[in-house]
Amino acid sequence: MVSSDQGDSQKLVIQVLAGGISHERDISLKSARRVADALTEQGATVIMREPDADLLGHIQTDRPDVIWPVLHGASGEDGALRDVLALCGVPFVGATADAARLAWDKPTAKTLVLLAGIQTPKSITLPKTAFKELNAESVMGLILESMTLPLVVKPARSGSAQGATVVREKRDLAQAMIDAYVYCDVAIIEKFIDGVELAVSVIDLGEGAIALPAVEIEAINGDFGFEARYHAGETNYFVPARLDAAVADAAAAIAVEVHQLLGLRHMSRIDMIVDADQNIWFLEANVQPGLTDTSLLPMGILAAGHSLGETYHSIAVAAHKNRG
Amino acid sequence: MRAGRLLHFLGAMVSQEQNHGLNLDQWLDSYAERANTLSVSEVRALFAVVSRPEVVSLAGGMPYVSALPKELLSQSYETLMASRGNAALQYGSGQGDPVLRDQIRELMALEGITSSVEDLIITTGSQHGLDLLSGLFLDAGDVVLAEAPSYVGAIGIFRHYQAHIEHVFTDDDGMSPEALQESINNLTAQGRKIKFLYLVPNFGNPSGVTLSESRRHQILEICRRHHILVVEDNPYGLLYFDEKPPLALRSHDEDGVIYLGSFSKILAPGFRVGYVLAPPAIRDKMVLANESALLCPSSFSQMMISEYLATADWQKQIDTFRSVYRDRRDAALQALADFLPGVRTTHPRGGFYLWLTLPQGIDSKAMLPLAVKELVAYTPGTAFFGNGTGQGNLRISFSYPTPENIRVGIKRLSTVINLQTELLDTFGPKGA
Repeated sequence: MVSSDQGDSQKLVIQVLAGGISHERDISLKSARRVADALTEQGATVIMREPDADLLGHIQTDRPDVIWPVLHGASGEDGALRDVLALCGVPFVGATADAARLAWDKPTAKTLVLLAGIQTPKSITLPKTAFKELNAESVMGLILESMTLPLVVKPARSGSAQGATVVREKRDLAQAMIDAYVYCDVAIIEKFIDGVELAVSVIDLGEGAIALPAVEIEAINGDFGFEARYHAGETNYFVPARLDAAVADAAAAIAVEVHQLLGLRHMSRIDMIVDADQNIWFLEANVQPGLTDTSLLPMGILAAGHSLGETYHSIAVAAHKNRG
Repeated sequence: MRAGRLLHFLGAMVSQEQNHGLNLDQWLDSYAERANTLSVSEVRALFAVVSRPEVVSLAGGMPYVSALPKELLSQSYETLMASRGNAALQYGSGQGDPVLRDQIRELMALEGITSSVEDLIITTGSQHGLDLLSGLFLDAGDVVLAEAPSYVGAIGIFRHYQAHIEHVFTDDDGMSPEALQESINNLTAQGRKIKFLYLVPNFGNPSGVTLSESRRHQILEICRRHHILVVEDNPYGLLYFDEKPPLALRSHDEDGVIYLGSFSKILAPGFRVGYVLAPPAIRDKMVLANESALLCPSSFSQMMISEYLATADWQKQIDTFRSVYRDRRDAALQALADFLPGVRTTHPRGGFYLWLTLPQGIDSKAMLPLAVKELVAYTPGTAFFGNGTGQGNLRISFSYPTPENIRVGIKRLSTVINLQTELLDTFGPKGA
């Protein structure tokens, strides 16, 4: 890709962090193996490690030039681990802890994006205690009076569509709330926007963030849920998305703007919906996008004409130089 | 998928019809219809955390192989290499090593089975035996009768052969003969073709229950009357804690019962050696199927087991396993009584499993992410039904974790169930 300086071709020692105890552990491991393979092909020395009690010792003994936390879900994306990595003084790939916290918390990210003038579906954010203390039936009644169905209910902090439900009937709201609260004590109830689902990945090597070609997602069974995301064959992708050039440009501009607004580094994936009137709606930003066989960011890289290995290596080099 | 392959797809997609988009599986139209029965789920993804030491896993039915003195196997290895080394490293008979088959007769005699060496087939675990049988008997749409709940691995095989799984009511004495008769009547009236009845009669997986002596006879009689083959899967029969279970169904019927046995639970699953005792005509077809699938089962594994059976005190080793699992069963039942007194459990007298019935409204599959957060894992009840039911149950396996960890795990499970109960109390069960 993407100008990785030729002078950066030193053999980097890259510690790839993968696994962790989260609902997305399996996805993290799959992503990390892809990253490790690609970096190894580029000549880097890759050491895969778990973010566990031995990690700080491993950082001392492995002496990595750069750490790539390919961790999804809490601790990987909520900023906690990134704060610790910063204390270790080893450059790492991806957002700083502060930026990760902003993006990982979906309501916060939506608020910041909205303040910047970017559309995001109307939503409310409620902890489960609100339902308990204020009478769930009354609160749900109020929600259904003030928000038009269908709605999307999802955990405020989680990934891979786990715990997310599209509520089309009033009677399904309570179960959707339960399913979301199983993953997180706070849930977002968001207006459902019918339209084309887009993922625009952003690569940022310190020379300005670049949006990759948008990936349009068409789930074969209509629901881009967990299985559709990670099971080849469940989803059709259009790369680049079937959009008017102006809309595609606007989506790319929004992705870059959100990436910068949230202070993200090196890479991110911004999820959006384009409605029938060609309005673009921001849904969420991903601090550590999936990098598996079926993930969207690698598709964007390849659709842009770049190689995964070179791009990942350029990201690692940028992180090593503390850029991006 | 390697980058180059993904790039190839993208290139192909761009050059082809834009309207069809890119499907990451370019062979999607080439698969057999039965491949659609294979699917991943979020539950499977959650199980990735089970390998972490922080998590107490009550999920997998893993034997506690640490209780097996490895020196016994080392001795078997040394002897084998010295005496039959070349044969152990060579292809063997598609039916299996005759020496081992003869030894298996002795093993089966403990459960009342008399047989000929000729009627035994060695398979790669009894799971493979069940797969071979299913391949021989099941066409799409055929019916398999099974307990409710039934073994998840069997359900997977039956689904793969596109069979319909009809669960028959099962209680603490095993499958109900009356319910079996009723199911047969209903299915026959509908013109459905019942191919066999699948049973795990001793300390069943997942229920832990044992089919009573009287019901064994009743069920055999019903199946004889309706010309329904019985497949008796018995991996746990020798792992009883106090008294022996009733004699095997096969001991009462040589022609109508196919018997599946395994060394996975009484020795070690790493060998992947099971066996099938079948009536001669079925045996012949199974040997051909075995040869077609594998050429032959692992000579090395078979001969290692054969040496072990010939030289080690394997009955004493089974006693050791019984003692280990009895202590763990007791620890699990005590922890359930202490931390989850409102949850109904089966009280198995052998085997690996407890089957829990959760408070009204709790969905064990939906609750699993919460359990992962609390660092405990179990298997949701839905895994053990082919019809989407079982939400109100879960399986606990007590075979692998130590008694102390079982107690910790069940305490964590109680926290999970309490949290889920609180959610349901807030929103009403199933959002009612």
